[in-house]
Amino acid sequence: MKKMKITKTTKNNLITYLMVLLAYIAVQILLITGNISSLMKGLLVPLCIYVMLAISLNLTVGILGELSLGHAGFMCVGAFSGAFFSKCMDGAMPDGLRFLAALLIGAAVAGIFGILIGIPVLRLKGDYLAIVTLAFGEIIKNLVNVLYIGKDKSGFHFSMKDSISLHLDSEGQVIINGAQGITGTPHDASFTIGIILIFISLFVILNLINSRDGRAIMSIRDNRIAAESIGINITKYKLMAFSISASIAGAAGVLYAHNLSTLTALPKNFGYNMSIMILVFVVLGGIGNIRGSIISAVILTLLPELLRGLSDYRMLIYAIVLIAMMLLNWSPKAIEWKEGLKRFSRKEKGVK
Amino acid sequence: MKKLNKVMSVVMASAMTVALFAGCGNADAGTEAADSAPAEENAASEAEAAGDAADAAGAFKIGGIGPTTGSAAVYGVAVQNAAQLAVDEINAAGGINGVPIEFKFEDDECDAEKSVNAYNTLKDWGMQMLMGTVTSGCSVAVSENTAQDNMFQLTPSGSSVDCVKYDNAFRVCFSDPNQGAASALYIGENAIASKVAIIYDSSDIYSSGIYEKFTAEAANQPFEIVSAEAFTADNKTDFSVQLQKAKDAGAELVFLPIYYTEASLILSQASTMGYSPIFFGCDGLDGILNVENFDTSLAEGVMLLTPFAADAEDDLTKNFVTTYQEKFGDTPNQFAADAYDAIYAIKAAGEKAGITPDMDMSAICEAMKGAMTEITLDGLTGVGMTWDASGEPDKAPKAVQIKDGVYTAM
Amino acid sequence: MSFISYLINGISLGSVYAIIALGYTMVYGIAKMLNFAHGDVIMVGGFAVFTIVSTLGLPPVLGILVAVVVCTALGMLIERVAYKPLRNASSPLAVLITAIGVSYLLQNVALLIFGANTKSFTSVVKISPLKLADGQLIISGETIVTIIAGIIIMVCLTLFVNKSKAGQAMLAVSEDKGAAQLMGINVNGTIALTFAIGSALAAVAGVLLCSAYPSLTPYTGAMPGIKAFVAAVFGGIGSIPGAMIGGILLGIIEILGKAYISSQMADAIVFAVLIVVLLVKPTGILGKNIQEKV
Repeated sequence: MKKMKITKTTKNNLITYLMVLLAYIAVQILLITGNISSLMKGLLVPLCIYVMLAISLNLTVGILGELSLGHAGFMCVGAFSGAFFSKCMDGAMPDGLRFLAALLIGAAVAGIFGILIGIPVLRLKGDYLAIVTLAFGEIIKNLVNVLYIGKDKSGFHFSMKDSISLHLDSEGQVIINGAQGITGTPHDASFTIGIILIFISLFVILNLINSRDGRAIMSIRDNRIAAESIGINITKYKLMAFSISASIAGAAGVLYAHNLSTLTALPKNFGYNMSIMILVFVVLGGIGNIRGSIISAVILTLLPELLRGLSDYRMLIYAIVLIAMMLLNWSPKAIEWKEGLKRFSRKEKGVK
Repeated sequence: MKKLNKVMSVVMASAMTVALFAGCGNADAGTEAADSAPAEENAASEAEAAGDAADAAGAFKIGGIGPTTGSAAVYGVAVQNAAQLAVDEINAAGGINGVPIEFKFEDDECDAEKSVNAYNTLKDWGMQMLMGTVTSGCSVAVSENTAQDNMFQLTPSGSSVDCVKYDNAFRVCFSDPNQGAASALYIGENAIASKVAIIYDSSDIYSSGIYEKFTAEAANQPFEIVSAEAFTADNKTDFSVQLQKAKDAGAELVFLPIYYTEASLILSQASTMGYSPIFFGCDGLDGILNVENFDTSLAEGVMLLTPFAADAEDDLTKNFVTTYQEKFGDTPNQFAADAYDAIYAIKAAGEKAGITPDMDMSAICEAMKGAMTEITLDGLTGVGMTWDASGEPDKAPKAVQIKDGVYTAM
Repeated sequence: MSFISYLINGISLGSVYAIIALGYTMVYGIAKMLNFAHGDVIMVGGFAVFTIVSTLGLPPVLGILVAVVVCTALGMLIERVAYKPLRNASSPLAVLITAIGVSYLLQNVALLIFGANTKSFTSVVKISPLKLADGQLIISGETIVTIIAGIIIMVCLTLFVNKSKAGQAMLAVSEDKGAAQLMGINVNGTIALTFAIGSALAAVAGVLLCSAYPSLTPYTGAMPGIKAFVAAVFGGIGSIPGAMIGGILLGIIEILGKAYISSQMADAIVFAVLIVVLLVKPTGILGKNIQEKV
């Protein structure tokens, strides 16, 4: 019986990997034969980014069982640290190596932020935890907006006021220019790199879930007091899940920064709106269901683009579709109805 | 059984995803060749594709990008409406070189990523020239793509320096540094005030860009900046602190390098406080008199450097404003005027360059790049506007003051 | 002198947050859901008054009445269509996401109807500002009305919840839905009533918000909504006096932070204070600490 169960989860994971791989191959075929529109081509990297964000948030929400509304903050940290590194090192080292280093740095910095924020935040519970993560996300966004860093011969200059107070010499270059952010980040992101990163994230998360540590994390989710009483170190495991989740979001941020030449911390891309958007992916795809997150992130990112034909009514229809999907997927009545339908079709099959 | 179900659902889902991709791919296969691959390699097929599109329609395809939803929608909608107005006028008058224009506008929600998506959507549609994008951040992101594709880009209102970094990009509005320096110069030269306070939006590219250049130029001017306070996109309802600080510092003039939405709040709060300095703004302030239901007496005495004033008396402006009001029920603002001029600049340059719809976008871009520097345009936002190869317009800002609820030249 | 003046400004801003937070906390306390669409119901209230008063030229009192009726109906409709089917969903997050969907929906409907242009709102408050210390300190009429309205609402709500039968039913539902049902309380009706009251409060809040800060767009409600949510958590979510205190404190902190620390980092300061408060007192200032049982 036990063996059966293990093979089932392994199989399940393999299906997830296979799905991503198939999607990759399918897209590659379309790319080679030239059967893909510019829009889709432009959307490939963002899709990878949102998939990474969705699965990483699912680790916090689904596996750890804590509601986080500040995920975009980690993405923001990763994006800015990665882009900052790339801007400083552009030309000083080979592009591929630099991008790899940027990814590692972005993930590491976001991971560190995850730990720093996690220590106080994870002591709280439920909606209070949610509001504090939201608060941290907004603080990060706000601070990045007043951050000015420049570089000249005498080294780095730093200011929280404006770029004039950096006092750069004539050859100095402002790297992070407050609200104007970082412009001219090299365009290194590609679909293949995105898919590789998705694979790595999936590998990390799925292995974590099926490991001893993962079971400890899930036991905290299911019953904190019981888990504590059998000697599980709550803080350690909570932090572990939270910081892994943060660092994957950071890597996604680096990818985001290297996909667009302009990086600004607007409410739109790194504010609570974005955090909520990622949460929507997770909840719609099924809390704790990694594969579901991938699918819903892809569908919900494509949806507004595919609705462009509706022009003015686009976002209106998007909102309605979102509500309808939630009601269909989550309402006990709808689930009952779907189950009934399934049973009915099974009976039909049985008769035949 | 459950397992089978799951497998089924995954297969279904992945099939759906692939179908989505493929569906979109195929639907647009016709215009596909107009793509980001290097122009030389693909020139033949590109020309063919562009030709196909043009044969079917027999028109120039001009695309526009800007926010029509989200909190910056007011600017995107103005650009969309005014550009459509200009296109309709040009088409009614025979088009560019006798060829009509087809115009399509896509929403970017003021998000750089969505803006690139919008650009790609327009490319799939067969866009040959881009009039956009409306906001600076998005414009910088999109200009990376247009430079790569060699697509002619004319932004009506993308004012940050990097918007026209590449030689295929031009703009209609002033650049931020230009406005900041011009404002400081104007205040200094005309000795309007000796103590100046600034209230700016530190989370906005436009506003912080002007603020920086203004402060830099102010160092050379005979006035002193006594207070510089910021607000952010998430914190723009209450300005009492910023105003109080300006008041306490004894500022005679408050410089507002911001948009009129926030400015209208600042004016009303200043009036409640009983504080009445001279308010001085840039082109973003234009439109303040037309905020629906706004008490224009609050704006009495406000000075602004703007290339466009909806109350101007020349025929072109009067005509534009009346038609715009008839069609869309609103008074056009600065953004609308920039967009209107942008379309006419494209027309003028297109006629000069002698472009035809069967040219591919790269060839059009090459021709337009040259022609843009040769045209002189009498538009809403300036008489005798010219452009140089850097993409910057050469036009003089008009300083106006609001008197009795209307703009009066100073 | 300038400190007192900042303090007064803080109270003005805080009173607006407080009045929004009252509606928030009401709905949260009983239905146990974060209603992200609350801010947008406020916006609808603002547009209702704008249409009646500025477009149709009818008296403000009528405008407020219409706004209350419209918002109450809207709140009940939203509850019935979007939230009720998910009340027994396996995760409380489902209804949170639907609330976000409703928020998008309201914003976009307003965008289509009223357009993106900013509307200037005519204040419905006709009281002239109170001038103290030779006009150095000014308390606007809107502030006075907002504070008085906030206190009246707070007292009425507390009395209603603690003294009336319907209020007691609300308390019972918030404690334990199942048990309340067994005691013969109409749970669905009670929650619908809660939404009706919460939305009516949103209408009042919308009118006062737009009177104090006279600018109206489809996105007017979003940020004050979030701030009020923070205020409600600050004071202890679910607690009616807590919302009032949280709101006013939040306003004061925001203004003083802007004045004495940095105007660019006002939000960071507000949120940092919130985090510190929650770390010291994990359920907010007046929140009840519920001990978890095994």
